[in-house]
Amino acid sequence: MAAIEILGLEKTYMVGFWRKRPKRALQPLHLRVEEGEIFGFLGPNGAGKTTTLKMLMGLVFPTAGSARILGREWTDPEVKAQIGFLPEQPYFYDYLTAHELLDYYGQLSGVPAKERKRRVEEVLQRVGLTDVKGVQLRKFSKGMLQRAGIAQAILHNPKLVFFDEPMSGLDPLGRREVRDLMEQLKQQGKTVFFSTHILSDAEALCDRVAIIHKGELRGVGAVEELTSSVHGKVEVIWQGSQIPAAMKALGGECRISGDTIRAVISDRQQDAAIDALRRERVRLIAITPLRTSLEAYFVEKLQHSQTTAGTTA
Amino acid sequence: MSLRAKTTVFASISLVISMVASVWLLRHIDEIQPAAAIEDALYINSPQIVKRASLGFNGLMACIYWTRAVQYFGHRHFDRAQTYNELAPLLEITTALDPHLLPAYQFGASFLAPAPPNGAGEPDRAVQLMRYGIENNPDNWRLYYDLGFVYYTELKDYKKAGEVFAQGSKVPDAHPFMKIMAAQMEEHAGDFATARMLWRATYESSAQSDIRRNALEHLRCIRVDEDIANLQAAVTQFGQRTGHLPTSMAELASAENWPGIPADPDGNSYVMAANGLIEVAKPDDFPFITKGLPPGYKREGLPKFHTKM
Amino acid sequence: MNARIAYIASNTFREAVRDRVLYNLIAFALLLSGAAIFVGQISIEIERLVVVNLGLTAVSLFGIVIAIFIGIGLVSKEIEKRTLYTVLSRPVRRWEFIVGKFFGLAGTLVVNTFFMAIGVFGALLYVAHKFSAADLSILVALYFIVLEFLIICALALLFSSFSTPLLSAVFAFSLFVIGSFANDLRGFAGLSHGLTRWLATGAAYLVPNFSALNVISAVAHQQAISGQLILQNTLYALFYSAMVLSGAVLIFERRNLK
Repeated sequence: MAAIEILGLEKTYMVGFWRKRPKRALQPLHLRVEEGEIFGFLGPNGAGKTTTLKMLMGLVFPTAGSARILGREWTDPEVKAQIGFLPEQPYFYDYLTAHELLDYYGQLSGVPAKERKRRVEEVLQRVGLTDVKGVQLRKFSKGMLQRAGIAQAILHNPKLVFFDEPMSGLDPLGRREVRDLMEQLKQQGKTVFFSTHILSDAEALCDRVAIIHKGELRGVGAVEELTSSVHGKVEVIWQGSQIPAAMKALGGECRISGDTIRAVISDRQQDAAIDALRRERVRLIAITPLRTSLEAYFVEKLQHSQTTAGTTA
Repeated sequence: MSLRAKTTVFASISLVISMVASVWLLRHIDEIQPAAAIEDALYINSPQIVKRASLGFNGLMACIYWTRAVQYFGHRHFDRAQTYNELAPLLEITTALDPHLLPAYQFGASFLAPAPPNGAGEPDRAVQLMRYGIENNPDNWRLYYDLGFVYYTELKDYKKAGEVFAQGSKVPDAHPFMKIMAAQMEEHAGDFATARMLWRATYESSAQSDIRRNALEHLRCIRVDEDIANLQAAVTQFGQRTGHLPTSMAELASAENWPGIPADPDGNSYVMAANGLIEVAKPDDFPFITKGLPPGYKREGLPKFHTKM
Repeated sequence: MNARIAYIASNTFREAVRDRVLYNLIAFALLLSGAAIFVGQISIEIERLVVVNLGLTAVSLFGIVIAIFIGIGLVSKEIEKRTLYTVLSRPVRRWEFIVGKFFGLAGTLVVNTFFMAIGVFGALLYVAHKFSAADLSILVALYFIVLEFLIICALALLFSSFSTPLLSAVFAFSLFVIGSFANDLRGFAGLSHGLTRWLATGAAYLVPNFSALNVISAVAHQQAISGQLILQNTLYALFYSAMVLSGAVLIFERRNLK
């Protein structure tokens, strides 16, 4: 069973003084997230990530489309008992202590009293807030608030957790902690769906990612695949007008521009390439490792002219 | 969406039902409450205190008290109430809050002075109210008229009425009629013509429907009084001529060569009672007549105001 | 469902208390004590009248102010601070949220009024040196004031569900003032004609009828309040509040929480 199936969710706002001008926040989105994976929802600010999340949470009503969460209609209130949500830069009831906050949320999630007591302690420990559980939230630092937020998201032991920009505003230590926590959740068999614009986090954590820009889905895929294609490659540039047979044999991409040729090959083939070119007495201009990150894929997808939303799995 | 739709339907039904129930209950509460509201208003009986309590919004409070005064009188008059204790205080508070609220003085003149059930029966307070109004609105000739009106109709103090009309006629822009009324008071105060003039003046110069209706009623009743006076005079003459009283209206009519049996403004023929006394067929229809009432007649029942506005 | 409403209600109450709303009781106590002592000193034979009038009016006004000030933020504050998101991501229905908030605020006011009632009776005892049977009607007046609070809470919540705090305060306060003159509004309506009459009558019946709920003067003069009136006012307040809350639910259910 898919953890999340987004079936054509779209959102168009009516803006302007008379509310007559349509503004498309999200084009019809089709996406599928499997159980037990950490899924990254990437995109620059204003891309539509938060809109999508809010629609899934039932905070915003889609103009069209539907979704299924854990096999049920996304509007089914029973679904809510099995999901957790951490909104972006959250505040909480600042007059409550951490303990009271979690207890309240536990009540609302329908966790029975005894279990609630136990879970609250457990979760406080997990996020490292046990020492300050009696302190009012108005005295919490940003990082502590974020941790409290994660605590309330996982308190009722949900199967699926949604995080909206969970690392925002955190120092490197805080970010590390959050990453560790997310890993732990995955190990427990939970599904994590989080949105971010910090690619290095996504690269480190995610099994799969989707890239969204200006309300449109630009690409979906497993992180390994998306980065392996650029990972560990080198670019060889030499002077010449013809591609030596030996280079062709290495199987890399070659491009001729004027009197230089560029070829992209695997970095394991570096030495073979150098040998081949030397044998031909070709003048080598440069060998540089190709950028090996998700960032490149990201940037490439963003720069693509308008394409229809991908429907890959 | 269906859960949301269910909530929407339920909430809408609840909204409509509660709205209907609220309105219905409100009408019920009004029935228990109306008297209470007015008496409640007058726990602050002193105009000075009301003024201070208004926090400077005197004008608005004056309007509110004025509305209450009109409603108060209207309700009670319809019920043929015998007491109108709150009318004077209401009008006093209204004019204390806004001395220039002229309709209040007019209303006081028409309804404070006459005896119940047609008024509060407090002509002295009415006079006081008018004098207060004149003090605060010295350029208004109408207030002199209202004061003179009270002296004439209820206090029957024709001398004073004449004085007041004369004073009023001296106000710049006074209606020329004030001089005429002053003059009439000298010699012809008791005449039907004078009374008619006065009531017609009231009718024509007022915009308030209660006052106009009242004036029209008076005019009708003056006509009846006049008719009865004339008829009674004819009876007396008949007696002097023939030596006995007429036994019926028909006899009198033929003796006087009238085209038919005289009728009141409603078209009902006047009735000849014993001893040649002329009476009105339906005294209830004429609340203000002083003649033509059957002996021992007591006014009861609802007022019948025939005049259409 | 009921449990969630209760939890939201008690949390709302807790919020009000921790926002130090109950400190208003201190101001109230000072006011009333001052008045009682002052009146006791000058002995003008209407001590009781003053204490009852002043006390009950203060209970009413303090409460209205609290109801409006807290009520206008009930929903809008949660949206602004985004605390609402974490609540609605749980199995909490939107209408439960509204109803829970209502009961929380109403509960706060009931508790507040309870303490104020003690103050009023205390001051009364001080000036009159004893209670009389007629003083029971003071309880009725207090009860009616609580009914007023219910209506104001519902109205403040309604406005909070779609408007900014400032506008909500203006609307709610305006309705309170107009509602206090509801009888006169109906009087105006009765005297007008045509379209004005229709509009005025409609408004007059839809505006909350606080004039019927204000029996302070009557009680100050030791008049009894009819049982009929008590029953009808109770029903009226309940239905009116239900109507307003239904409106709030309808609006809130539709709202996109951007």
